[in-house]
Amino acid sequence: MNIENLISMTLRTGVLLSIAVILVGVTFTFIHHPAYFTSRPALGELIDAQENFTSSIGDVFRGVALLRGQAIVMLGILLLIATPVVRVAISIILFAVQRDRRFVVITSAVLVLLLISLVTGLGE
Amino acid sequence: MTPLLFVIVVFLISIFAGFLGSLLGLGGGLIVIPALTLLLHVDIRLAIGASIISVIATSSGAAAAYVREHLANIRVAMFLELGTTMGAITGAYLAGRVHPRFLYILFGAMLGYSALAMLRRKHAVSLDDSISRVSEWLALGSSYYDAARGELVDYPVRRPLLGLALMYGAGTASGLLGIGSGALKVPAMDLGMGLPMKVSTATSNLMIGVTAAASAGLYFARGQIDPFIAAPVALGVLGGALVGSRYLGRVEHKQLRRVFIIVLLVIAVQMIVKGIR
Repeated sequence: MNIENLISMTLRTGVLLSIAVILVGVTFTFIHHPAYFTSRPALGELIDAQENFTSSIGDVFRGVALLRGQAIVMLGILLLIATPVVRVAISIILFAVQRDRRFVVITSAVLVLLLISLVTGLGE
Repeated sequence: MTPLLFVIVVFLISIFAGFLGSLLGLGGGLIVIPALTLLLHVDIRLAIGASIISVIATSSGAAAAYVREHLANIRVAMFLELGTTMGAITGAYLAGRVHPRFLYILFGAMLGYSALAMLRRKHAVSLDDSISRVSEWLALGSSYYDAARGELVDYPVRRPLLGLALMYGAGTASGLLGIGSGALKVPAMDLGMGLPMKVSTATSNLMIGVTAAASAGLYFARGQIDPFIAAPVALGVLGGALVGSRYLGRVEHKQLRRVFIIVLLVIAVQMIVKGIR
């Protein structure tokens, strides 16, 4: 199998996984809060900028364990964010298999820079 | 508006954003941010968080098809991502140290200039025939099947180092401002490196996901990602991008350029206005 098809498959898998998880999360949200179907004031809290939305990965998993709809959505969003990162990581392996040393170096450097940026951001 | 109606409206707008973004190599912030803030009165902080998700969704949704069809050049993308990720880190460092007002005007002017430069060169012209040694050393040139013309198109990649420098600037801009990632990348590849327009937008699509993921951690940690907004944005944009990516091969280069230039001018004006106000 060629490198293009494998990268394409990686992206497709990440996308389909996150779509599935987000859909489950949205379903749970509306099942747990039937008022969301009809109540107008309920929207105010949901899109309030003062609200503290889940901002640590640990909180997301704790929420998922409690089957909280919004936490499940966030897990799907995190899967979506991870997809390009995984794509870069898998590219390194594919270039290595092709013995393309120049691109193994370039792609590894991109992954390191990407992780530095992502992790320092999460730590803020 | 009830929460249910909000989700449906955001979903429908996002489908359109994903469709347009996948064809033009842009993230969809252009549509998502004004729709959320002006139409639905969502706070700008949360709208920016949603637009980061929109960028990643457009990229991953469309690039799966573009990579398989060879419209996106993965070698060019990987090479240029060196510049964008370094830029993203620089941008995060500079944030708070440089006045955003100045940056909006600077990048708005750059986008306006790119739009005019693309307008003058209506068709892909041969820049100069020398292909740089770097390009050959990294085997960047490739070919793709153009469904609109019904032929296999071979193309070289010119001036890769200029492209890398421009991508550093584009990465810095998106790290600092959270927008404009694709709007700067497409002209850099089209004008700077002489890539065919379709290859430029498809490769930009592949790249913007990495640029956005690099700064997504920050937005998540700051609590700017509201799952109630992000869910319909992600689902709609992914749907729109999956559909849009089936059309790019069949679109005429001329039409694609024309639409891109118009959108670029709109973004340029948006940015300059934001800087002046």
